[in-house]
Amino acid sequence: MLDKLNEIEKSALESLRSVTDSAALESWRVSHLGRSSALMTVFAGLGKLSKEERPAVGSGANRVKVALESALEERSKLVKSAALAKSLEEDALDVTLPGRGVHVGRLHPSTQQLRKVMSILADMGFQIYTSREVETDEYNFQLLNFPPNHPARDMQDTFFVEAEGRGDNPILLRTHTSPGQIHAMREYSAMNPDNPPPIRIALPGMCFRYEQITARSEIQFNQVEGLVVGENITFADLKGTLADFARRMFGQHARVRFRASYFPFTEPSAEVDVECFVCGGKGCGVCKNSGWLEILGCGMVHPVVLQNGGYDPARYSGFAWGMGPERQLMLRYKIDDIRYFWGNDLRFLEQF
Amino acid sequence: MKIPISWLKDYIDLDGLSVEDIARKLTLAGLEVDEIKYAGLAMPEYKDGEKHEFKTSGIAWDKEKLVVAEIREVKAHPNADRLTLLDLFDGKESQTVLTGAPNIFHLKGTGKLDKPIKAAYAKEGTTLYDGHAEGLQLMTLKRTKIRGVESYSMVCSEKELGISEEHEGIILFDDDAPVGMSLANYMGDAVLDISIVPNMARNANVIGIARELAALTGRELKRPTMDNGRRTKKSGQSSAVNGQSVTELVEIEITNPELNPRFVAGLIRDIEIKPSPYHIQRRLRLAGMRPISNIVDATNYAMLDIGQPLHAFDYDVLVSRVGQIANLSHKIKIITRAAKDGEKLTTLDGKERVLTSENVLVCDESGPLAMAGVMGGAESEVTDKTRTILLEGAAWNFINIRKTAKQHNLPSEASFRFSRGVHPAMAEQGVKRGLQLMAEWSGGQIAPDLVDVYPLKPKDPTITVTTKDVKRLLGIDLTAKQIAELLTRLEFECKVEKDSVKAKTPPHRLDIGEGAVGLADVLEEVARVYGYDRIPETRMSDSLPPQVGNPQHEWEEHARDILVILGLQEVVSYRMTSPERESRLVSFDEYVALANPIAPERRVMRRSLLASLLENVEKNARAESISMFEIGSVFEPNKNDLPNEPRKLAIAMTGLRTQTAWDVKDSASFDFYDMKGRLELLLSGLRLSGISYTPTDSSSLSAGFLHPGKSAEVKINGQSVGAFGELHPLVKEKYDFEDSPVIVAEFDLDTLRNATPTYGIAPVSEFPPVLEDIAVIVDESVTAEKVEGLIKQTGGKTVTRVRLFDVYRDEKIGAGKKSLAYNLTYQSEKTMTDAEAAAIRTKIVKRLEHEVGAKLRG
Ligand SMILES: [Zn+2]
Repeated sequence: MLDKLNEIEKSALESLRSVTDSAALESWRVSHLGRSSALMTVFAGLGKLSKEERPAVGSGANRVKVALESALEERSKLVKSAALAKSLEEDALDVTLPGRGVHVGRLHPSTQQLRKVMSILADMGFQIYTSREVETDEYNFQLLNFPPNHPARDMQDTFFVEAEGRGDNPILLRTHTSPGQIHAMREYSAMNPDNPPPIRIALPGMCFRYEQITARSEIQFNQVEGLVVGENITFADLKGTLADFARRMFGQHARVRFRASYFPFTEPSAEVDVECFVCGGKGCGVCKNSGWLEILGCGMVHPVVLQNGGYDPARYSGFAWGMGPERQLMLRYKIDDIRYFWGNDLRFLEQF
Repeated sequence: MKIPISWLKDYIDLDGLSVEDIARKLTLAGLEVDEIKYAGLAMPEYKDGEKHEFKTSGIAWDKEKLVVAEIREVKAHPNADRLTLLDLFDGKESQTVLTGAPNIFHLKGTGKLDKPIKAAYAKEGTTLYDGHAEGLQLMTLKRTKIRGVESYSMVCSEKELGISEEHEGIILFDDDAPVGMSLANYMGDAVLDISIVPNMARNANVIGIARELAALTGRELKRPTMDNGRRTKKSGQSSAVNGQSVTELVEIEITNPELNPRFVAGLIRDIEIKPSPYHIQRRLRLAGMRPISNIVDATNYAMLDIGQPLHAFDYDVLVSRVGQIANLSHKIKIITRAAKDGEKLTTLDGKERVLTSENVLVCDESGPLAMAGVMGGAESEVTDKTRTILLEGAAWNFINIRKTAKQHNLPSEASFRFSRGVHPAMAEQGVKRGLQLMAEWSGGQIAPDLVDVYPLKPKDPTITVTTKDVKRLLGIDLTAKQIAELLTRLEFECKVEKDSVKAKTPPHRLDIGEGAVGLADVLEEVARVYGYDRIPETRMSDSLPPQVGNPQHEWEEHARDILVILGLQEVVSYRMTSPERESRLVSFDEYVALANPIAPERRVMRRSLLASLLENVEKNARAESISMFEIGSVFEPNKNDLPNEPRKLAIAMTGLRTQTAWDVKDSASFDFYDMKGRLELLLSGLRLSGISYTPTDSSSLSAGFLHPGKSAEVKINGQSVGAFGELHPLVKEKYDFEDSPVIVAEFDLDTLRNATPTYGIAPVSEFPPVLEDIAVIVDESVTAEKVEGLIKQTGGKTVTRVRLFDVYRDEKIGAGKKSLAYNLTYQSEKTMTDAEAAAIRTKIVKRLEHEVGAKLRG
């Protein structure tokens, strides 16, 4: 009898070895541990055995049952993990197929750059001041110390608007955001004409120059100007403020270089070169190997401009600077054709 | 302005400074060097990726291989008629050199030259420009045979040496050129191309630049000696002054000193017109001017030298014009005056110019001679036969010169300077310098004295600068002595009194104003000479201004953010367009029109933002899906006053609603409701309520381009703020669009911005809601808005959400009927039972039955 049990165990374990899926596992269980299995038949026949035989056969049968059950459990784990492995393998994706697209909205790169500039200026206490795009000669030029027929006007070729009877004060498209300097100063000084408050503003907006549209010149472009007016504002402050701004704008280690220059509405005036942010000043194609990028013009507000804004130049001083977000983008992104900006080709815009 | 270094060295010692050092000093002081062109001097060598400060071109000359040589004989070539063989001495040995140079060809076979010719000799292995190539191509001299004669070296043209484009013949040096000397040492040069900004007009000349360099380096400025009859600088010869004084021959009448503050005239006789010395021609070419003849070159050289444009008249022509060839009974009278409108003058370029009263003329008693400061007249021009010169040096009103040069399209070196202002003091110096050079180069005799009429002297203001001013505006501490020292370097006459300096403007500059302006002008000079780089960087110590913000800008930026979140791409268009372009969408009678447009299609300022936007859609029409917006101004004309610039928002959508992908093939096109959904989100994002959508009024502007059945006007509390919908098929046809409908919207941002926002949120209940669907059948004429309104009204606070999820039409429902199916959400302050929800539902259904004849759909 015990031999028979050993035989049952041996053949059951042997057949279990060929079981590979859950259905076969179940049918193995039925045939080797089920009610009509040989083992169960042994259990059922225990009563018919002699008193002497019964304990040994009983415990032998139990041992075989436990052995088969644990073998089944082990096998079952094996089968399950094999099945999982198989299904994982079968479900594998081609990870190189492209992801599904989403319609995404974006700001125009100029807006993005303007925001970058203005958020830095906001941190530095500058408030945004906006003004009109179509201006008078008076605000665009005369009050900014460009007298009629002054050679400085050659620096800013101008679009004029058809209008009659305006004499020396034609209507034009603003050539810079600087008319806003006068508007702002007059607004601020009107608050308290005897003691006008200090000013610290940023003037963003679209400007226009009479140019042919080419890869390098455009008829419209954005400008951001900064204007500070107050008591005790010095050229050294201008240098310090722009150096601070440049570090925020172009990188913590950006250095600036001030070159003397000329703008009718500032004096002393300067052009500011920033150490090339593409190569870090080592020399590259963007900076034409010079290590410097000409990035903004600045200067102390001209006394005539202060006066025209309602600020006494004997008491107040100030500085202003201007820069072009499109130029910054062109340098940063190595854009070699300025016409991309107003061309609005989605293939360009979607890269920002 | 092109400045040869060799010329600068006439006036300042530049030892120890490299060409780059000089360029850097000038650039930082506001005389920006755009390019350095080398013509002989040693060039800095840059390796790839190495930093160079300046744009650089040209070549350096090999000190060993390029020398001054003398040609001793010009022999025939045995096998070529056009070529000659030169017997040449390079300072060490004799060479045989092959050349085809036309300017020595005539000496072929004349035997040993009585006076050897000095030339630039390049030995074997020299690298220089290929004279025969287009443009500038480098080549290296190699030993070769030309028509049977060995050739290994050459005599050079200016082009080959990188001096100019000139390749007509070889360079023929002046007689005093030292044979055997390295060419680089003899005349190696570099040219600085300097941008002259308007307030630096005084520096558009060699002495001006030298003066700046002297100030920046603290070195001495060596001035040319210019008194007539004294020893001249180069030759050491005495330029003879004799004969009748010019004051006895010529008188000057200035009719309007405002136009002509000063007129100086000098006279030189017995001149011989011939080419200038070679070193002068070379300098002129390097400075960008073409040598003409010794007389014309002298006027140009003097102008480049000290900045005063001069004009040379053929004096004998003036005499003959007034019919007094011999025995002048009275003086020649030069008159300066404004031209009469329509008056004519043939200028020396052969063109007859019709003048206006803006132009100023130099005349004699028989009529106009020259357009003052711009161009001379043809009749009195210097010719090969000229023997006597009347030399004009004058000061002109810069505005008239500017207008004249522009009007007649005559930009020139002279008008460039005059239109920026030349100090009248320079007129006298210019004439003296010009006469001196003419005498030196032409052998002429200078007539004694000058005729000088100077009715309007400039102020040359004296400015008081205090140490306090310097501290207050520049932020640096300088003593009065230091301030004076800096200004003196620029030739201000300074007097120090305690803490202040009285600085008198030197008589060569017109850019220093008076009062507060003059102070700023002078402080700029202090800062420049002190060095911008030495001024410290400080942080502002003044108080912060009142913070007022910019609500409009902030609001628009917020709107932009919402639109971007909604998947719309921002664009920025040209403000300039044409009525024709806009009329595809909408027509306007009046525009803000440009007086000087760059092109007819950009001749007015836009009135419709949407028209600009649609052009952008059209340009991108091949894209699968387009959703764009723009925020910006349009320009409403206001007769002869400034236009109104209302702010607008335009949106356009067309193409696929969802992006296709490799497993997403079909996607419907954007339609009315895609736009409406976005507008709803925009308006709620702007916290606006009280919004209604009504069919567009046929009289509105947008009704003209919108599909009448697929468009709506948007109102806030009854006030129209914009309209949207599908583009009318007839309008769409005018554009190059794809098939899918184009959905557009246009909003008046000023109205929208001024609508009152409402704040506050709906509370979020912690009790579970009851969700339920109901479908009702109503007549087609009953709007969804009406049904939804009734449901909300009846449900009151309990019905927190009503969402239309299906609109269904079918025969079974009946013709002219539709089924509207809604999800309703019931919510109360406690857990709501189904029974409570059912009670409200019954009320709603009854209300709908009663008010709009709705039937509950099974
Ligand atoms: Zn770089």
